[in-house]
Amino acid sequence: MSEQALGTGARPAMSLRTRLKLHEIDGVTLLVLPAVLFVIALFIYPFVYGFVLSFQPKAGDWLANYRKFFSDPFLYETIANTFWLAIPATLINVLISIPIALRVRRMHHRRLLTTILVIPITLGTVLIAEGLLIYLGPQGWFNRTLMLFGFGQVRLVHNYTGVMLSLILSGFPFAFLLTLSYVTGIDPSLEQAASTLGAKARARFRLILLPLLAQGLAINICLSFVQTFSVFPSAVLLGAPAGATRVISIAAYQAAYEQYDTSMASAIAMIMGFCQLAVVILILSARSFFYRGAAGGGKG
Amino acid sequence: MAVRNPFAPQTPGERLWAFAMWAFMIFFIVNFVAMVTAVVVNSFGTRWLNAWLPAAFTTRWYVSAWNEFQLHDVLIVTFEVVGAVVLLSGLLGVPAAYALARRNFPGKQLVILLFLLPMLIPPITFGIPLATVLYQAHFGGNLSGVILANLVPTVPFVVLVMIPFIEQIDPRIESAARVFGAGTFRIFIHILVPLLAPGILAALLLVLVRTIAMFELTFFTAGPGSQTLVVALYYAVYAAGVRAGQSIDAMAVIYMLTTLAWLLIALRFVDPTQIVTRAKREAAH
Repeated sequence: MSEQALGTGARPAMSLRTRLKLHEIDGVTLLVLPAVLFVIALFIYPFVYGFVLSFQPKAGDWLANYRKFFSDPFLYETIANTFWLAIPATLINVLISIPIALRVRRMHHRRLLTTILVIPITLGTVLIAEGLLIYLGPQGWFNRTLMLFGFGQVRLVHNYTGVMLSLILSGFPFAFLLTLSYVTGIDPSLEQAASTLGAKARARFRLILLPLLAQGLAINICLSFVQTFSVFPSAVLLGAPAGATRVISIAAYQAAYEQYDTSMASAIAMIMGFCQLAVVILILSARSFFYRGAAGGGKG
Repeated sequence: MAVRNPFAPQTPGERLWAFAMWAFMIFFIVNFVAMVTAVVVNSFGTRWLNAWLPAAFTTRWYVSAWNEFQLHDVLIVTFEVVGAVVLLSGLLGVPAAYALARRNFPGKQLVILLFLLPMLIPPITFGIPLATVLYQAHFGGNLSGVILANLVPTVPFVVLVMIPFIEQIDPRIESAARVFGAGTFRIFIHILVPLLAPGILAALLLVLVRTIAMFELTFFTAGPGSQTLVVALYYAVYAAGVRAGQSIDAMAVIYMLTTLAWLLIALRFVDPTQIVTRAKREAAH
């Protein structure tokens, strides 16, 4: 800082090293380079490469891949299938997480609960798919319990329901822990003040908590949506990969690893990325429409 | 005793609402535990048809899973991949985090955005272009390709987790060492690494747990000899019917034990909410 203050005066013959130092660029700054180069080489470059490749189809003009995707119902219907899974799953996970997080934040053994909920996230979707195949299957404990109470057998695997349940099982803990971290960041004295002034629970939520949570919830919805939109293992293992749960990631996988058409696969990956981006932008702009003002934080 | 909790549910409606919340939570956890238990029970069962429990219990499925799925090789590959990913993401990530925590250079926001993107964009979206590039560079289908692909989300993760850890260390300690003639490298080894050890340990343990469970990127880049445990499990479930279901579940149990053992170790050093929120907090600003 002191160097910067000294250096702001005109000093015509400064060495390059000194000039860079004024911008806080020196040996230490260079430590960031290996990681930056790595991310550029293995994240940015592949993305650009895939984007360009998607306009170089195996046959036809530069738009042939995209034209094929949007004219073949077997391909373009995957977008609707994916949204049909991702939107309800996201809404269920995030909306249920709010009241539960508000209740749990005052609990004493919060750490135990969060530890339990980290396990489904850690185990991952492949294991959850295998577990649900057994647990929800026609002979599984869930259906046996239903029959014990006199209900009929329900078909819960190899269809839409199976994938939806797996998305809730792996997605709800994620949404919950994220909401909990935002909720615990809100100063409890704000609510106590409102309570002292006679605000009931519903009014406290609507007038104090919801505006403070808006930012966090928007990010939560974005992250949950992006995750559910890229569902792959459970859609294959637990769903009907040729029917109702033929999601866009399955189409991309088949193009790349079954038809060996990397150009088409890149085009589908770009469409998938575009859909995610469009929804994220929509949610973030909707948030500023609903609430303007000192967002986030809530502490102090 | 005298102070009444103003937030305790009072009216019958509020009590019902509170009850519904707990009921959902308990229903969720009970079903999850039952699901895991069903996998464990099946892996030890002999014949399980039309009954609450298998007819008898055995451990032979573990032997057959070990042989059928070449679990010996798969586990070695898994630990090689995870070890390399942990080591390399530490070597690349910690110095970068140090630079970002200590220097305020032009374009810093852009660099942070660069590290945020691979964490926010799901692996399945960038996995296919990444695998295409890796295959073209002849890294696809072997161990080095799997390691490179897995590093894409873990390097930014380490960077973003380590920045706040480094920021809280007093820079005057480093200045003092510099006054006494220590170079950047010696400061790193003798001052920063010991002070940062808890943070590095936590970040790398989380990388470890995430890499064991990372399915998509490994799935896209692995060849026959470079499958990790989670990918082998996927192929086994995908081809269910070829092998006995109990064998697959024996493998699933081995996978769960591997993951959960490391998770338990990791949880000794980190708060569980950090697993989801550390990086996302950064995104919020």
